[in-house]
Amino acid sequence: MSAVLQLPQLPAPPLAWPSNEAVASLNHVTKRFPGSVVALDNFSLFLRRGEVVALLGPNGAGKSTAVKLLMGLSAPTSGTVSIFGADPRNHAARMRTGVMLQVGRAPEMLRVREHIQLFRGYYPNPMAYADIIQIAGLEGIESRLFGQLSGGQKQRVLFALALAGDPDLVFLDEPTVGLDIKSRRGMWAQIESLAARGKTVLLTTHYLEEADSLAHRIVVIDKGHIVCEGTPAEVKSLGSTAAGASKSRSVKVICCATAIPANRLLEISGVTSATLSGEITTLITSQSESTLRELLALDPSVHSIEVQSPKLEDAFLALTNEHE
Amino acid sequence: MSTSTLTLARISPLTRSLPIFLREARYEFIRMLRTRSFAFSVVGFPVVFYLFFGIIMNRGEHLGPISVAKYILASYAVFGMVGAALFGIGVGLAGDLAAGWLDLKRASPMPPMAYVLAKCSSAMAFGILIVSILALMGITMGHVSLSFGEYVLMIALTVVGVIPFACMGLAIGLLVPFSSAPGITNMIYLPMSFCGGLWIPLMFLPKFLQKAAVLMPTFHLGQLMLGVFGYASTGSTLSHWYGLLGFTMLMLGIAAIALRRLELNS
Repeated sequence: MSAVLQLPQLPAPPLAWPSNEAVASLNHVTKRFPGSVVALDNFSLFLRRGEVVALLGPNGAGKSTAVKLLMGLSAPTSGTVSIFGADPRNHAARMRTGVMLQVGRAPEMLRVREHIQLFRGYYPNPMAYADIIQIAGLEGIESRLFGQLSGGQKQRVLFALALAGDPDLVFLDEPTVGLDIKSRRGMWAQIESLAARGKTVLLTTHYLEEADSLAHRIVVIDKGHIVCEGTPAEVKSLGSTAAGASKSRSVKVICCATAIPANRLLEISGVTSATLSGEITTLITSQSESTLRELLALDPSVHSIEVQSPKLEDAFLALTNEHE
Repeated sequence: MSTSTLTLARISPLTRSLPIFLREARYEFIRMLRTRSFAFSVVGFPVVFYLFFGIIMNRGEHLGPISVAKYILASYAVFGMVGAALFGIGVGLAGDLAAGWLDLKRASPMPPMAYVLAKCSSAMAFGILIVSILALMGITMGHVSLSFGEYVLMIALTVVGVIPFACMGLAIGLLVPFSSAPGITNMIYLPMSFCGGLWIPLMFLPKFLQKAAVLMPTFHLGQLMLGVFGYASTGSTLSHWYGLLGFTMLMLGIAAIALRRLELNS
């Protein structure tokens, strides 16, 4: 196990991880708000030790409700919530949990250093101050007032507050919203390093790329239900199935410039969809090799050919649309 | 052995909570002091009012045995501490609630009471600051003679007197949305101060207002503060303490209902 921990990259996928104990779970949770709005409907989610799970879904899907239930900020209408085998409001559970929420306005007249020291003080064994500053990339702005920071810097301070207690379980609600590309990559590296140290991470995001590159497991959620869950590869493949391609896992997207009309292209073996947009025709096929051979034979002047795996974004859109 | 574990279990939450509370209170006070819009208005209003009505208009004036500048010192001291409690706690809490900051605090292992007590202590500190500035102004500019004992009693009354209004702030902060919190707080604060006899001594108010003043917590705290100088005009000291206690219980009840409503909606 220590050999796994020393790996610089992401640890092995959760199924290969030595311990599969659930560190956090929602068991058949239904959350109904007054006015009978159902935010979550018989929803179950299990987080295993050391895995990074992304909760992916459109606005109003129930992502934040799930996080609030797991943090003990809200009580389920039915079903049970458990963190480290205890109620999420349990003090010992809170000692081992770190949270980054979407906060509209933190106290602006406190300095970065003061905010961090305040949160470190809540825990008996907090992370070393210097480590927090280094991990969250706050060097040089420790003496600034929170209100003077840029949006990205504010996010990094909130990330630092989630780390203050050196927690085993970290909830990150839209951690990179408002960050530029460089800061976002920096934040991703930090989230990966948390996972490499055996921490369990649940992140909610609407950045599909983020879920794809960070998570071991993606849970797609819409209207309080799980639409699908699996590794990023599985979710992509399920998504292309939903998009109308065959159930085969080897679905590819072929983009090319060709003079052949779409209705003729649909007759090629394996092609399930052909759309023309501008100069470029996009084909979805379950047998990419034979499709390419036939295409080249059919149109010798075909050019600008690209073969891609379906993007997570397409998968995600297809899945949530199908659900409607 | 079992006794020692028990004692340990009983003591450790306190020894753990005390430093958290102290740090929370210190940072809350620093935060409010740095928020100029808050610090200037909460300290500035009583100071400017006292300057006009206590010092410029009534310096050295006496009504029988009563020094007018000293009488008004008591009134505006109460006016100041009530403002510090209502705005610091009511508007501050509504803001933390609206921004989601309170959620982050609640999800942390911070003892919830540390948050409330820190806000209350910060309001007390502002109250002491206001009372001290007004007393200094009275002594240096208003020919007010104030004994050290009287000053100590004023401070002690400030610390206790902030509590009922802190509870009112709690109720306001939990009930009123942040955008309208400053306006609504003013709509409560200013009429309550006038009707409690803090701006104009009660005897100059219309008869029906004098009778209704019994319902005003500002009246009871004002009379207790005037009592420090021997200027109290109506009711026994005990009746004023009961008045404040009743008001505190009422506000805590409202705050508890508001909290329950919020929890049901979250």
